Amino acid sequence: MNAPSPAETGYNFAYLDEQTKRMIRRAILKAIAIPGYQVPFASREMPMPYGWGTGGVQVTAAVIGPDDVLKVIDQGSDDTTNAVSIRKFFAKTAGVATTTRTAEATVIQTRHRIPETPLSEGQILVYQVPIPEPLRFLEPRETETRKLHALADYGLMHVKLYEDIARHGHIATTYDYPVEVAGRYVMNPSPTPKFDNPKMHRSPALQLFGAGREKRIYAVPPYTDVVSLDFEDHPFEVQRFEKPCALCAATGVYLDEVVLDDRGGRMFVCSDSDYCASRRDAGHRGEMAGDALPAGQS
Amino acid sequence: MLDVASTGFADPVLDAQAQFRALADALARPGSLRAFTPRLTPPVGFPAALASIALTVADHETAIWLDPAFAADPGIAVWLAFHSGARTTSDPSEAAFAFVADIRAMPPLAAFGLGDEAYPDRSTTLVIAVESLAEEGALVLSGPGIETDRRLGVTPWPEGFSAQFAANRALFPRGVDLILAAQGVIAALPRTTRIREA
Repeated sequence: MNAPSPAETGYNFAYLDEQTKRMIRRAILKAIAIPGYQVPFASREMPMPYGWGTGGVQVTAAVIGPDDVLKVIDQGSDDTTNAVSIRKFFAKTAGVATTTRTAEATVIQTRHRIPETPLSEGQILVYQVPIPEPLRFLEPRETETRKLHALADYGLMHVKLYEDIARHGHIATTYDYPVEVAGRYVMNPSPTPKFDNPKMHRSPALQLFGAGREKRIYAVPPYTDVVSLDFEDHPFEVQRFEKPCALCAATGVYLDEVVLDDRGGRMFVCSDSDYCASRRDAGHRGEMAGDALPAGQS
Repeated sequence: MLDVASTGFADPVLDAQAQFRALADALARPGSLRAFTPRLTPPVGFPAALASIALTVADHETAIWLDPAFAADPGIAVWLAFHSGARTTSDPSEAAFAFVADIRAMPPLAAFGLGDEAYPDRSTTLVIAVESLAEEGALVLSGPGIETDRRLGVTPWPEGFSAQFAANRALFPRGVDLILAAQGVIAALPRTTRIREA
């Protein structure tokens, strides 16, 4: 964990001004009260481009306090540009402590993964969301999708999943897989692999979703039913991997494929970099982990 | 006239953040008690917890409804206007937030803003002062945010209020959300919560 450092001067705490935070906080409170419903909010320009997590950053800025410990992941990894930049942003503007350890964090901002380590009651998971509207590619008009949500008319989505089956023999949607929240709203879980969908179901942590460009905030309270849409004869299934992680030998986790050379060499490693590193620290070795040299040799 | 002895938050930025987190946590885990220790001095007659919630969430974009007991003291509306910029309204259905001194003398929940089917978020959040809140009580809560069920004791809890809240629940996704505040502690009952009297 990196200890808090004095915040940069010249900014309000956590960058946003107080009126903006209040507006976002009101949206978050409504989002928690209406699970899965997309609350419109007056998204601000942030000092980063749309698509880099402006929605998640605004939600994090509205909830974070000086005692929080922040973790930021991008596709499961703590050390990609996006994750490092956002972590530094809050270390600078809010002076908060940051960490890569899932269990140590109180606020976790994520782009497209849910950590493998189970979340706990004191944690808030903030998702960066590019397209919050699950029906957008089926019905481009906001006026119409709003009506469909109002009427809980999600037939279109079932037709889309059925067409997958008719064409491919199985539901071919593998990420951003639509879920039904608390038996009412159909929601986009953001482009997480469908592997992560079961982790959202009755999670003890509070899950908040921020879409900056699309100006929407939504939420899943703790212990709330999150059900992936499916059919009786084509039940929802998550991806399976044939081999364990090549570095830490973990099974039952989401793996990334890494191409090693131009002759077809490849390895599969944990997408969650913190989970993989802590398993290796605990002595687990995958088939390609390699061995550290004895001290003194190089 | 503004009461010269009254104050807003000691630290407007960090106090608002801490109070918001308590509020969000209370709503996310309905019926759980959250310590709530406001650092401000509102006008006499306006409970500190309610005043603190007002400064955390209300500003010039939100209309506030005050119940007759609070509205009778013009100092409260003046204090709210000075510290938050929020205007007051006499129409409860138009209010983003309603502040209630006495749950027994309150208009029916259906008199407040319930939102509409397309925009259920355009509804009133009621902030109600109560005498006490207890972890062991007559109300058995279930719904999103609650693992199995949770007990809550609210004093006073008027006759028939559970039925009124059930009618509010039946409107979902429309409906109002309640925040209950006693001395030093708050609990919330969002529209998703089911209440059974044990």
